[in-house]
Amino acid sequence: MARVLEVSGLRKHFGGIKAVDGVSFHVEEGEILGLIGPNGCGKSTTFNCILGQLAPTDGEVRLDGRVVTGMRPSELNRLGVSRTFQLLQVFPQLSVRENLILAGQEHKGTMLSRLLGPRDAGLTAAADRMIGFFKMSHLAGEKAGGLSYGQQKLLDAAMAFMAGPRLVLLDEPAGGVNLTMLGDLKDRLQAMNREQGATFVVIEHNMDFVMSLCTRVVVMAEGRVLAEGRPEEVRRNPAVIDAYLGH
Amino acid sequence: MSNFLNLLIAGLATGAIYAVVAIGFTLLWQTSQTINFAQGEFVMLPAFFMLAAMNLGLPFMLAVLVGIGLSLLVLGLLFKRVLVDPMLRHGVLPLAIATMALSIALKESVKELYSAEAHPFPSVVPAGNVDVLGVPVSMQSLGVLVIAVLAVVALNLLLTRTSVGHQMQATAQNPTVARIVGIPVERMILYTFLINAGLVALGSLLVTPIYLAKFSTGEILGQAAFIAAIVGGFNQVRGAVAGGLLLGVVDNLAAAYVSAQYRAAVPLFLLIVIILFRPQGLLGRVEERTV
Amino acid sequence: MTRSLAAWLAGIAGAAALVLLPLALNRYGIYILSLWAVMTIAAIGLNLTLGYAGQISLAQGAFVGIGAYAVAILTTSGFPFVVGLAAALAVSFAVGWLLGYPALRVQHHYLAFVTLAFSTLAYLVFRNEEWLTKGIYGIVGVPRPSVLGIATAKPLPFYYLCLGALAVVSFAVWWLVRSPWGRAFVALRENPVRALSLGVDTRRYTLMAFAIGSALGGVAGAFYAPLVEFVDPTPFTLALSLNLLMMVIVGGAGFFLGPFLGALIAVLLPEWLRFMEGWYLIAYAVFVMVLLVISPTGILGILDRHLTARRTRAASQARAAAKPVLNSEAA
Repeated sequence: MARVLEVSGLRKHFGGIKAVDGVSFHVEEGEILGLIGPNGCGKSTTFNCILGQLAPTDGEVRLDGRVVTGMRPSELNRLGVSRTFQLLQVFPQLSVRENLILAGQEHKGTMLSRLLGPRDAGLTAAADRMIGFFKMSHLAGEKAGGLSYGQQKLLDAAMAFMAGPRLVLLDEPAGGVNLTMLGDLKDRLQAMNREQGATFVVIEHNMDFVMSLCTRVVVMAEGRVLAEGRPEEVRRNPAVIDAYLGH
Repeated sequence: MSNFLNLLIAGLATGAIYAVVAIGFTLLWQTSQTINFAQGEFVMLPAFFMLAAMNLGLPFMLAVLVGIGLSLLVLGLLFKRVLVDPMLRHGVLPLAIATMALSIALKESVKELYSAEAHPFPSVVPAGNVDVLGVPVSMQSLGVLVIAVLAVVALNLLLTRTSVGHQMQATAQNPTVARIVGIPVERMILYTFLINAGLVALGSLLVTPIYLAKFSTGEILGQAAFIAAIVGGFNQVRGAVAGGLLLGVVDNLAAAYVSAQYRAAVPLFLLIVIILFRPQGLLGRVEERTV
Repeated sequence: MTRSLAAWLAGIAGAAALVLLPLALNRYGIYILSLWAVMTIAAIGLNLTLGYAGQISLAQGAFVGIGAYAVAILTTSGFPFVVGLAAALAVSFAVGWLLGYPALRVQHHYLAFVTLAFSTLAYLVFRNEEWLTKGIYGIVGVPRPSVLGIATAKPLPFYYLCLGALAVVSFAVWWLVRSPWGRAFVALRENPVRALSLGVDTRRYTLMAFAIGSALGGVAGAFYAPLVEFVDPTPFTLALSLNLLMMVIVGGAGFFLGPFLGALIAVLLPEWLRFMEGWYLIAYAVFVMVLLVISPTGILGILDRHLTARRTRAASQARAAAKPVLNSEAA
């Protein structure tokens, strides 16, 4: 299978602190990769380095074989890498539909066509399909700020898929979401992967969520990769158990 | 050389006044995220309190005390309770704009209630010159400098050596944590507003003999205080002092050595360069606020 | 549907009033109404930069000045008005673009002070560069143009010219804020980090927000010069920038009609309240403070909250009314 993302020897040091210290892993097309590890192990920093939010101290990031290390987030996004943030990040003053149109509009046409062309950049139908896919059709016209927390999390995830990305990085999609919504979210993410062939990486603390969603898991501890493999293998790995329970 | 020394001392004197006003400005920002666009008018007003008191027949020293008292009441307590407190939850920008409106209100009130003319104001320092290293130096400049420096030193002692001062600093650095450890944050914020009111009253007393009492003098003073605060570092007292002194000297030297027309532009260039290349100010820390 | 119909009717009524009202006014009344149209254009520009894109600028008055001088200098040297207008637009667009660069580095109060400093610097240039601006003596006799062979020297035709300009600017900005650009501006205001991660080139949009907003300031100045027929530095101090800022905030930043309302209050009200003389400004300042305490989003913010509350009530009533029907169907 083709490797969508390849991270090799990634390092990020803040002064003397080695937040990420030589991390290598890859993501294959069509898989759901889980990235787990105790708090402060460098997962989010790894994400931020891959996505150009932070400049890595050392190492290389390749997207479909092409080196993209240190690219600006908006350029990377237009190359097909999209993400969600740990904290909820939707645009509260825009409607659900407008949020999704925004998530797609910069991938179509030019600055000029976005100024002179149609208001919705021709994306209303696509946005409504995405809203329907995430089962939020009854909310399409509501302001995002008026949605419940769980609904906003769903919208947040939906926005990441809007532009038909090669790769989606989800940073704690389940954080703070109640059990019912969690089921919906997992169901939708799996459907996204199965039906649309979407490839994604998930950072998550909720073990049940990760183990039942992901096809492969990378475990990080203290800035390094500790183990990787299928969920049930990783779950039995003594080093992993140690990292989680050891302190 | 004697000319240069005089310019330098005059510059330090004006700069010390800027510093006094700028310190108050940064204190308000630190404890309550208030950008006070009326700070210049806050300096203009106490002189008129004092003039009004003298018109009622009070002797100068008593009028000064009345002026300081009124400043604490109006520019400290009332300003906080009536304008800042109800607006804090709305965020930085609406409050900043409200203070712009306040500056108009204060300016126009003085113009309508007192007069639109410039009024002479008695100096707390006697006129004349003293010899410094054989060069005659204006006594007024030296006096202003000494008083302002004493005030800053006293304030610094208050902030660093007393328990109230420590509590105020904790409040400025992180109100949430300060509240958790049991510091009466509300009262500390009120103290900073009162200190600001005291500082602008002092600034008024020192600057008005030089600039005369006029409703519009606040514009220049306010801008100087902003620039001093930003150049020095928005979040530190010593930054405001350094910024004020530097600005005063630059201002006075620019008046003498740069074209008179573009004298006013020199501090503005200084401001723009600092903001673009060292936005935390000469002595400031990088401010970390969550997005 | 009924709401947008009501909005259309109100819009048409407003436009009709603006066309017909000056017929009943004297020379001075028409002048004030023209001034309102010009200031509204400048405020619309600032609303784009501040209200939609969230970038504070205390320099809009300086751009009005740049536009006014561009037209005054060119038309008194014999160039036609359109050349002056084009120059006003181009120069203020370019300078506004440059002023946007600091916004890429600093935000909030720092940006406020950079733009404030720029505003004061521009004033110094207007006052001191006598070879270009005639300094404090000002440029006298700025001519009013002929448009399609119709002279606008008289107050009424010139008013219609200003109104036409306002209509064109309003339409253009209405189009802009509803285009994907408008959505990107709002995204920039609400959450620049997230916008960047969705492929929104926040750098380019920030610069555009500054440039377009400033260009509209320049356009306002281009009409201000022939309106007053005399250009000197005094109107273009920091006070004008602060005034425009207050217009935008009082009307309602980020609302399309905010600048119209804000300029109405700032330009027309003083005329109606002339009996108050100097007290007027005090009353205005106090009004602004009280308004901001009640509603930081301005007058239209109050209206918006009111309408939203009513809609939510109506929606929940509709849901409550719908429920029994569903139940009976189930049964």
